[in-house]
Amino acid sequence: MSLLSVENLTVHFRTRRGFSGKSAAVVYAVDGVSFSIEAGETLALVGESGSGKTTVAEAVLQLNTPTAGTICLDGVDLAKLSRRDRLAMKHRVQIVFQDPYSSLDPRMTVHDLVAEPLHAGKRMRPADVDSRVLSLLEMVGLGTQHLWRRPHEFSGGQCQRIAVARALAVDPDLVVLDEPTSALDVSVQARILVLLQELKQELGLAYLLIGHDLAVVESVADKVAVMYSGRLVEAGDAAEVFHRPRHPYTAALLASVPSPDPEVRSQLGVLQGDVPSSVNPPEGCRFHPRCAYRMPICETTMPEMRLVDGGTTRACHLPDDALPSAGAGDGGSDWIESSQLFIDEGVEASADSAAAAAAVLDGRPIDPLGLLNEKDRR
Amino acid sequence: MSDLLEITDVSLEFRSLRGVVKALDGVTLSVREGEILGLVGESGCGKTVTGLAVLGLLPKPQARVTRGQIAFRGDDLLAKTDEEMLHVRGKVISMVFQDPLASLNPVFTIGEQIGCVVATHQRASKKEARQATRRALAAVGLPATDSLLGSYPHQLSGGMRQRACMAMAISCGASLLIADEPTTALDVTIQAQILRLLFDLRDELGMAQILITHNVGVAAQTTDRVAVMYAGTVVEQGPTQDVMKRPHHPYTVALYECLPHGKKAGELITIPGSVPDLIDPPAGCRFHPRCTKALEICSSSKPLPTQIAPDHWVACHLAVQQLDSCGSAVSL
Repeated sequence: MSLLSVENLTVHFRTRRGFSGKSAAVVYAVDGVSFSIEAGETLALVGESGSGKTTVAEAVLQLNTPTAGTICLDGVDLAKLSRRDRLAMKHRVQIVFQDPYSSLDPRMTVHDLVAEPLHAGKRMRPADVDSRVLSLLEMVGLGTQHLWRRPHEFSGGQCQRIAVARALAVDPDLVVLDEPTSALDVSVQARILVLLQELKQELGLAYLLIGHDLAVVESVADKVAVMYSGRLVEAGDAAEVFHRPRHPYTAALLASVPSPDPEVRSQLGVLQGDVPSSVNPPEGCRFHPRCAYRMPICETTMPEMRLVDGGTTRACHLPDDALPSAGAGDGGSDWIESSQLFIDEGVEASADSAAAAAAVLDGRPIDPLGLLNEKDRR
Repeated sequence: MSDLLEITDVSLEFRSLRGVVKALDGVTLSVREGEILGLVGESGCGKTVTGLAVLGLLPKPQARVTRGQIAFRGDDLLAKTDEEMLHVRGKVISMVFQDPLASLNPVFTIGEQIGCVVATHQRASKKEARQATRRALAAVGLPATDSLLGSYPHQLSGGMRQRACMAMAISCGASLLIADEPTTALDVTIQAQILRLLFDLRDELGMAQILITHNVGVAAQTTDRVAVMYAGTVVEQGPTQDVMKRPHHPYTVALYECLPHGKKAGELITIPGSVPDLIDPPAGCRFHPRCTKALEICSSSKPLPTQIAPDHWVACHLAVQQLDSCGSAVSL
């Protein structure tokens, strides 16, 4: 049984206009998202802002009410519990927020900040609270000398450590990390990542990591789920997804990350256009207006998540064995036409057809479906 | 290529209630015609202050340049009066900031804001200003339609707002653009679009740029030369390829080792200690308390920039010693 399993989670918000409170529009924040996290595992939810990552996390933390779908913790459906039982479950899932300066109360001392969740749970003797606070601080690399200081006296990295200690105070099984390092400098970020990894091993924690920095995600995640405009587009083993992205959006997202190696030229500006509005999302596949591989069916039919090889699932109308290549979409129309042609002919992707796809159009080799492996392409 | 902007040995201080903050200490940098120079470093290392100092945008009585020169095409910018600087900012050197929503005025339309810049710097009729605005918008890849000109910043997406800011910056044909973390507030796919735009501006308009960023990847992909800053000093400067593939300063090396790219979190090497307080910075090399390779001399004497390879400068005693002992450049 999975520690956390989310089935078909849907969260819609209603916006209201003016004082009358008349319903104006529906924001389709999250639509039919399913995933599961095993004990001791890190799942990363990846996507651009507005893709619904945080809304999923809020639902998992019971901070919003899902419109549809189920969230089960150890097989127990949270929505079916009484209020009292649900509150009793809350300590099992905790969160670390993005910006520690705004998530920690500036008027409270470190001791009070870390002790606060302890008081919220079962009663503890003051002496036990003190020793628990100290052991928590020690766990995150802070000491007695920090006990009576307030957040403003700490650097961003130290504040984030306090936030982690706070989250761990009630012995959670799952910690939601909402962009835990995006407010930090790289050198501090590295230390927090190392700390999180150590704590995970030591305490057997599971993490739901929310992130847009793909390099960070790659370094800590076991599994990855990629979201776009409220829907999952690809999910699977982190190494698989990062090395062989199956969805055109994942491929483009990975290609957009500027590589720190100046000799590796990242393909900047591969993806044109903006993330669609969640109030009025595009019909069919929500990615189709920006997709270099779009087909007529993409504009009308929403693709379902289907298992492709390597244990990865993706929501895309491309044939199961077709992989998007990261560099596509540079030119635009001729890519679409050529991929179109390829599919219309009903050619099954094979080594031969891959060679056929390498036909030279406009003087440059075309590999619209990325069927060629790295070596052949060169 | 000649030097467009030359910053020579600039030291800068801020007066604060706690004491004097020595924000910059002997910064020497140059930007050449038509190149993108990356200023890389962690927060508080003086990247932005350097950019603001060039434009004379630092608060007047509190910030004081104690030493050094900033020359643009041989013209000393520090000697200019406020009045004279008005003709430099936006017309000769312009700047784009991190958060476009905070740098655009929410109560004026995009068209009015860009038009205002044009009207300030050029004797242009309303119609000409409008045309210049459209040209600038087209140059940054925005549709120069009436509906865009008439829209307010909140009606645009983050990427479009940053493009609008860039349109404003290029509208009067500035020869140097200082881009201060222009993509930090944006998503990666939009970031990639904006970085591509920076390239295009350089290639098509020949616009030299200073790209201030904390993201090593951004600097690696877009810059021609790069200067790495630490605690108000430039520790290493040179062609991007050289500095990033063969870093000589221990800080540059350490910065690279902290990057999570392609590594598992367990493999990350971290820099011990934390960034120093610039009210009381360490004597000698400002990095020495955190440096794993520090020598005795590092705590007493400040290392001067030394050329270790063509156009590649490092401010580190160790690199200099190795250079002396071998007679040629050796990587750490």
